[in-house]
Amino acid sequence: MSGKGIAQKVRDTQVWKSIFRHGPPDNARNRAAVVAGNVFLHLHPIKLKKSGVQLGYTWCMGGLTFFIFLALTVTGLLLMFYYRPTAEYAYNDIIALREHVPLGIMREIHRWGAHAMVITVWIHMFRVFMTGSYKPPREFNWGVGVILLVLTLLLSFTGYLLPWDQLAIWAITVGSGMAKATPFMGNAGPGAMLARIGDFVMVSDKNDVRFQLLGGRFVGEPALLRFYILHCVFIPLVVGVLIAVHFWRVRKDGGISAPL
Amino acid sequence: MLRELINKLSDPIISFPMMTFAFYLMLKHYKTVGTKKFAYWTIAILIPVIVWFLADPNFFSIIKTPDNIPIIILLVLVGFFTWFWLYKAALNDTRIEEGLCPIEATPEEREKVWVWPNLVYTELFAIIACTAFLIVWAIIFKAPLEESANPTWAPNPAKAPWYFLGLQEMLVYFDPWMAGVVLPGLIVAGLIAVPYIDTNPKGNGYFTFKERKMAISAFLFGWLVLWVYLIIVGVFLRGPNWTFYGPFEYWDFHKVVASFNINLSEIIWIKMLGTGLPKNLVVREIFGIILSLSYIIVIPPWAAKATKAGRKLIQDLGVTRYYIFMFLVLMMTSLPIKMILRWLFSLKYIVALPEWELNL
Repeated sequence: MSGKGIAQKVRDTQVWKSIFRHGPPDNARNRAAVVAGNVFLHLHPIKLKKSGVQLGYTWCMGGLTFFIFLALTVTGLLLMFYYRPTAEYAYNDIIALREHVPLGIMREIHRWGAHAMVITVWIHMFRVFMTGSYKPPREFNWGVGVILLVLTLLLSFTGYLLPWDQLAIWAITVGSGMAKATPFMGNAGPGAMLARIGDFVMVSDKNDVRFQLLGGRFVGEPALLRFYILHCVFIPLVVGVLIAVHFWRVRKDGGISAPL
Repeated sequence: MLRELINKLSDPIISFPMMTFAFYLMLKHYKTVGTKKFAYWTIAILIPVIVWFLADPNFFSIIKTPDNIPIIILLVLVGFFTWFWLYKAALNDTRIEEGLCPIEATPEEREKVWVWPNLVYTELFAIIACTAFLIVWAIIFKAPLEESANPTWAPNPAKAPWYFLGLQEMLVYFDPWMAGVVLPGLIVAGLIAVPYIDTNPKGNGYFTFKERKMAISAFLFGWLVLWVYLIIVGVFLRGPNWTFYGPFEYWDFHKVVASFNINLSEIIWIKMLGTGLPKNLVVREIFGIILSLSYIIVIPPWAAKATKAGRKLIQDLGVTRYYIFMFLVLMMTSLPIKMILRWLFSLKYIVALPEWELNL
């Protein structure tokens, strides 16, 4: 039997037909069905402007950002099997990951992927600006994108602490140190000394935004747990929701660019 | 000799004005820069220069840090895509001048094509290429891991992750409340505000420079000069104690940098009036306060009345948009202004109110 014949046989089985409820995408009807009938592919429209598929125009950076986000979710999930977010275990777990997992490159992919995602998000924004794609009717989606950009940086920043090595705690010490200078809400920020009643200091290093962020006055174990939860659960959930909004609006606003 | 010269030139005092001037030249002659010939010449000149840079042990010891690899990738991509945008914009602008439609806006390009197979296969190839790239990168370079966290011993320099080093570099010129909170907040707010401020309907869906000079120049100056360039300075040129080190300079912990920065109030009350600092805080800082407030409050309405560009801008944008735009631009240019004041007059703070944690 020829290859084509076997393919046809497989397509005729009840199992195949129960999964793919349309014929091969070689005619207009099935090409529409294959995109519309698949929950993952239906993020796409059925047809799009020709410029929207040209790499020279799109640079593909938004799509790659999403793909790297998925890759980071998968590798991050695998890393969670080996990692305990406590001051006692965190560093040793990373060492163990290095030494006991043969040919392990999940941490490498996760770390380099995180850097790559920051870069692709930036270049994506660069392209969107340069093609004027934030112009009506896409003003709102640009705003969603800016927030996603900030969340990408926060994801990377919170993940930076987790290996619990010198690089991690001191980078986070420098970064989170900024929070104590927040006007009115940080103990070393302008306006903080106004918030006192007699001798009672309302904004101190025991309750300001930096304290809330770190769960303490310095980068210690509570900070590790907070960053772990922010990194693995909280921010990814928010990012997931906003990505859905972002993609939905790309479609509802008539593609990636150009007036409607 | 040449190395010492480059060390001197890369000091922000010289390299920042040079970068700004190069940025200006790039936009002024964008049609020359945006040609393939220009790109080939640049690559031909850059490759031996890079090899020569890498041959230096001090430079190589900074570059080879694994966490610095992404920055090199970023620089290559930013360089390429900036040129690529210029190339595309130059093509389109020439067409527009000839009365033709931009390439991406021709009726053929706006035609609709099937997502399957056109888009899904592009995506598939992009995913495969990206996966391969990440795997190769992951196999060649181990993820960095230093000694176990030690809260009692701080490394010097202690640097934030590279994508925040532009902000950390701003700490040289501003206090943390500005560099770490207010200015980053304004970057985010300003970016979100962009589509509501930019009323120019042109350039939607194609590359161009000519039709959106103002918007693109402002954005690119912030992105290339104030963000990417400051990251380069923060990553490669800042050593122990955040002191400047040239690319070929050994990071000597004992490098002594003379610094006698003084505040505006000291310049005026002590040096010029010779009376010593007044006791009252507000009186002491009154000149700085007036200067800072008038920078934000006086310049926009003055520009709208007295300058030709300002009159045109307020007419195009309307009053609200004009003032928001001017506020954001003035906040952005406050950084280069503070830099220049530091370099020319060793000025530390325009308003120095450490009693209130309010230094500008």
